Amino acid sequence: MSAAGPSPVPLLELRGISKQFSSRLDIAARIAARLGAGAGPQTVHALDGVDLSVGAGEVVGLVGESGCGKSTLGRIVARILEPSRGERRWKDRPYSDYESPASRAERLAVQMVFQDPFASLNPRMRIVDVIGEAPVVHGLVPARERDRYVAEVMERVGLDASLAKRFPHQFSGGQRSRIGIARALAVNPRFLVCDEAVAALDVSIQAQVLNLFIRLREEFGLTYLFISHDLGVVRHLSDRVVIMYLGRIVESADSQEVFARPNHPYTQALLAEIPRLEATKRAYIPIKGEIPSPLAPPGGCHFHPRCPHAMPRCQAEAPRLREIAPGHLSACHLNDTP
Amino acid sequence: MSAPPLLQVDGLRMHFFTKAGVVKAVDDVSFTVDRGEILGLVGESGSGKSMTGYSILGLVDAPGRIVDGRIVFDGTDLTRLDAAAWRRIRGNRIAMIFQDPMMTLNPVLRIDTQIVEAVLAHADVSRESALARAREALVRVGIASPDERLRAYPHQFSGGMRQRVAIAIALVNGPDLIIADEPTTALDVTIQGQILFEMQKVCRESGTALIWITHDLSVIAGLADEVCVMYAGRFVESGRVADVLERPLHPYSRGLIDSVPSRNERGRPLHQIPGMTPSLLSLGPGCPFRERCSEATPRCAESPAITEPAPGRRLRCFHPVP
Ligand SMILES: Nc1ncnc2c1ncn2[C@@H]1O[C@H](COP(=O)(O)OP(=O)(O)OP(=O)(O)O)[C@@H](O)[C@H]1O
Ligand SMILES: Nc1ncnc2c1ncn2[C@@H]1O[C@H](COP(=O)(O)OP(=O)(O)OP(=O)(O)O)[C@@H](O)[C@H]1O
Ligand code: SF4
Ligand SMILES: [Mg+2]
Ligand SMILES: [Mg+2]
Repeated sequence: MSAAGPSPVPLLELRGISKQFSSRLDIAARIAARLGAGAGPQTVHALDGVDLSVGAGEVVGLVGESGCGKSTLGRIVARILEPSRGERRWKDRPYSDYESPASRAERLAVQMVFQDPFASLNPRMRIVDVIGEAPVVHGLVPARERDRYVAEVMERVGLDASLAKRFPHQFSGGQRSRIGIARALAVNPRFLVCDEAVAALDVSIQAQVLNLFIRLREEFGLTYLFISHDLGVVRHLSDRVVIMYLGRIVESADSQEVFARPNHPYTQALLAEIPRLEATKRAYIPIKGEIPSPLAPPGGCHFHPRCPHAMPRCQAEAPRLREIAPGHLSACHLNDTP
Repeated sequence: MSAPPLLQVDGLRMHFFTKAGVVKAVDDVSFTVDRGEILGLVGESGSGKSMTGYSILGLVDAPGRIVDGRIVFDGTDLTRLDAAAWRRIRGNRIAMIFQDPMMTLNPVLRIDTQIVEAVLAHADVSRESALARAREALVRVGIASPDERLRAYPHQFSGGMRQRVAIAIALVNGPDLIIADEPTTALDVTIQGQILFEMQKVCRESGTALIWITHDLSVIAGLADEVCVMYAGRFVESGRVADVLERPLHPYSRGLIDSVPSRNERGRPLHQIPGMTPSLLSLGPGCPFRERCSEATPRCAESPAITEPAPGRRLRCFHPVP
């Protein structure tokens, strides 16, 4: 029924998570509508019944098209957003069991590295405060040790520690994204949601940060939900890969299995597009078919308007995610047709 | 004689004068871009790529200043333009897609308002046709339900969708030159493919020149004609893309190419260029890569000059990779 992790009791479990964004709840849109802009309420179906479990020490790569709900899922895991429906569990207990001040350590254990480092850094805070504030406030590091501690964390992510007194706007894009990684690592998390965390990094720094992630996992058993559009990076790092399409998980399997035997037609299309260094100048072929909208998701299988194998049944009925080989889940009607 | 290039950047230096010292963010960078040509500007994080783009577009703020060099665009030296002349050029003849889409987008305005205003600022057309152009621009960058999305605000979009809207705004006035600062780094491969397809089409069909800033060599491999590699604010090497990727001459470019994940084995530590980027603060003379370079000799404490080791190749290094 759910994407089972390797250990008997998963560290994190999501059951039937859905999230809708309704423009009715949005103040700006409400004012606009009142001024006669004429837009009726719109509902974005960002997530639709997502089940996912992640075992301690596991690295799960989450991939999918832009707008398919990856960041929304990550933010729900990291307690930044509330789901519209469904249950979140941490160490086999619902998230709501960890609301008390005494459970602060458990809440801090899940940290997120944001996709947008520009928007997530307070422009008026010096880097030493951005990174050092939480560990001091939460008593992980004594105040007098702060600067030394911050310097140590900065160096781990390849930042020059002598820049600690600077403000965010004085850094380049890739430097800012490393500040976001350093901030998350500074509170010694157990579970890290990395939302395109290495996208803004050039390969050599990216290698350094990925090696750091691998080391933290080996040394401290750090667990990752690793959101990335870069399949090369996902393949390198993940034990398991989960593929989303328009708010639903369409495939989930061991990383090697996904790359060797992709089952879902969307996964197959995705893998066909990986850009390669060897490729000399080529003409880019745009994706075929209509681009789907989470404002009006197509019925049945969300992928059917673009799927080369779509059958009448695909328009009518949403395929369920089911096991097609041990540990390999896929949601496609083709698996029922002999 | 061939036509003069659309853009010629010559000996550009852009420094920040901070309390702690001078940050030489761009220090002697030169390249040219022809009409319809795509130039990939590559380099490590913090190497001065964005600041090169900002300098071309006249967006350098205090304490930063262009201290030397010329930027000649279609016969005009951009470093000498006044504010009024800049307003006619920016967003019209030269457009920039920023690394951070929120530098283009206004968080309190609806998307339709923003694109329509970008059109009306430079074109004498009706609101309706401006709106039609806005809609068409969203479709080109792969935004579904364009009519509903036009009425939405930036915060209602995903990270990648915001970036695509910023790209749509850059395309909407048909500029002569687009400077794109890592716009597809956070986009999945299918959307990235579509955007690169649109960009190639624009360049081929309307002769738009494109400077594509990135650290992602695989994008450059498929997209660009020429590539220019920067390190610590300096130009290090340039040439046709296929030539540079196949046979990098500078030890730094070589290291960059070797650290691409697809060239490494799964789960194993990735190849890493040893050491760290030097601090640009008060960076002295000599090759800035020498501390990390396997080929370095005492001679590298002097600044190498730019040479032309092969036709169409330019290099700043005493000891090219054999
Ligand atoms: N605050 C919000 N209000 C309204 N809609 C939203 C909001 N946040 C996200 N959405 C919508 O939810 C959908 C999923 O967005 P999400 O940011 O999760 O996508 P994503 O998979 O992370 O995409 P990307 O790869 O582009 O970052 C999108 O259609 C987006 O427009
Ligand atoms: N306001 C500022 N004051 C001082 N130094 C600055 C300022 N803005 C940027 N810098 C420095 O200038 C250098 C060049 O920055 P730039 O943004 O051009 O790098 P980049 O090549 O675009 O890197 P990235 O790939 O990480 O975006 C960086 O080392 C940065 O720290
Ligand atoms: S269920 Fe049908 S439409 Fe969906 S991926 Fe499978 S074959 Fe294609
Ligand atoms: Mg996202
Ligand atoms: Mg930059």
